[in-house]
Amino acid sequence: MLTAAEATALAISLKVALLSILVALPFALALGLALSRLRFPGKSVLEALLNLPLVLPPVVTGYALLQLFGRHGTIGAWLAPLGLQFAFHWSGAVLAALVMSFPLLVISVRAGFDGVDRRLEAAAESLGAGAWRRFASVTLPLSLRSVLAGCVLAFARAFGEFGATISFVGSIPGETRTLSIAIWELLNQPGGEAGLGRLVWVALLVGIAASLLAALLARRSPGAEAAHD
Amino acid sequence: MIELDVRWKPRDFDLAVSFASPAKHLALFGPSGCGKTSLLLAVAGLRRPDAGRIRLGGELLFDSAVGLNVAAARRGLGVVFQDGRLFPHLRVRDNLLYGQYGKAASPALGLADVVELLGLTDLLARWPTTLSGGEARRVAIGRALLSRPRALLLDEPLVGLHREARSQVLAYLRRLRDEIALPTLLVSHQPDEVEALAEEVVLLDDGRVRRQLGVAEFAARRN
Repeated sequence: MLTAAEATALAISLKVALLSILVALPFALALGLALSRLRFPGKSVLEALLNLPLVLPPVVTGYALLQLFGRHGTIGAWLAPLGLQFAFHWSGAVLAALVMSFPLLVISVRAGFDGVDRRLEAAAESLGAGAWRRFASVTLPLSLRSVLAGCVLAFARAFGEFGATISFVGSIPGETRTLSIAIWELLNQPGGEAGLGRLVWVALLVGIAASLLAALLARRSPGAEAAHD
Repeated sequence: MIELDVRWKPRDFDLAVSFASPAKHLALFGPSGCGKTSLLLAVAGLRRPDAGRIRLGGELLFDSAVGLNVAAARRGLGVVFQDGRLFPHLRVRDNLLYGQYGKAASPALGLADVVELLGLTDLLARWPTTLSGGEARRVAIGRALLSRPRALLLDEPLVGLHREARSQVLAYLRRLRDEIALPTLLVSHQPDEVEALAEEVVLLDDGRVRRQLGVAEFAARRN
């Protein structure tokens, strides 16, 4: 069994990861659709920027978040009077997890949209469906597996996020101390082996469950196959 | 019924097509690659010609001179595509009903009528992937009919079907023509299809109109 502090760390990780996906999903769908369907100036620059959190050291991303959203940061200073504060608050951990997992979500969503047969969208259009209905009744259902697989991967990434989170919001027990950060704290603490073992097992279980689920979802859906006949 | 005058270079061909016809059932006839399908898609609003005008049943659908291009979703035309294009994630019944969304139910032609007319009763609960070529084509025709169109656009509706299915679908199309007062624009490279379904024929070749003639003369010239 987990101790109260360990259970809290697990709960924070779950809350942060789930919220980050929920907040990111509408943006990822919009961006994925734009990247899949539109040609616009600066598209490759946008794609490169989008992948930045994947290639930068997470600590650097965390530092950038601090510069932008910290109490005296470019955006943070402007949000502070409104009572909105990310730094050293659990919502900052959500922001860090979101930024770190966003590229995975967009890549997967976009691949799903790329795989939808455009001729089916044209057929829907000829049957009187406007843009929203085409998206909701044809594009999204036919790419649902990719979207869900993206959510699972992004969840796993967000759940395990460490570097950006600790640089941005630190390790405040009950607030920003996520499972990964709790593991790191135990590593540096003499006599922490027992707790360390338990938390590592939890992390392993969540990771394995997520990658199994993603693999299951990534199998081609019958609908997508038929669309390419 | 239809007036069309477009100049257009879709991909590798060069179209300059102009014709007008009062016929209720018109066919565009010509060899593969003469631009027939592009013209049909332009009438449907799914492709945009470079320049010109398209008027159907008195309504201007496209006019490059005034920048008018009515969205496909608002043209109210039922398109039967060469490749069927049934939605693979919807059962036959939901495919049939797709185009009725948000439209008032037609007292003249409801689901039951179309199912009866095209012999779809046993197919309603099936998934499109399980249908034969002829069945899928009939469902595609039914789906277009049920979207309450002002006209039906048929793009090679029999292409790719084996002989038996072909004559069966052709019989259904003929029945449709006789029982439902719906104008049709047919695109085909098969003379028998044209003779069975059209009143007037526009002969196209190499992106140009070669001739426009009544179906009787079309049949006579062939023999």
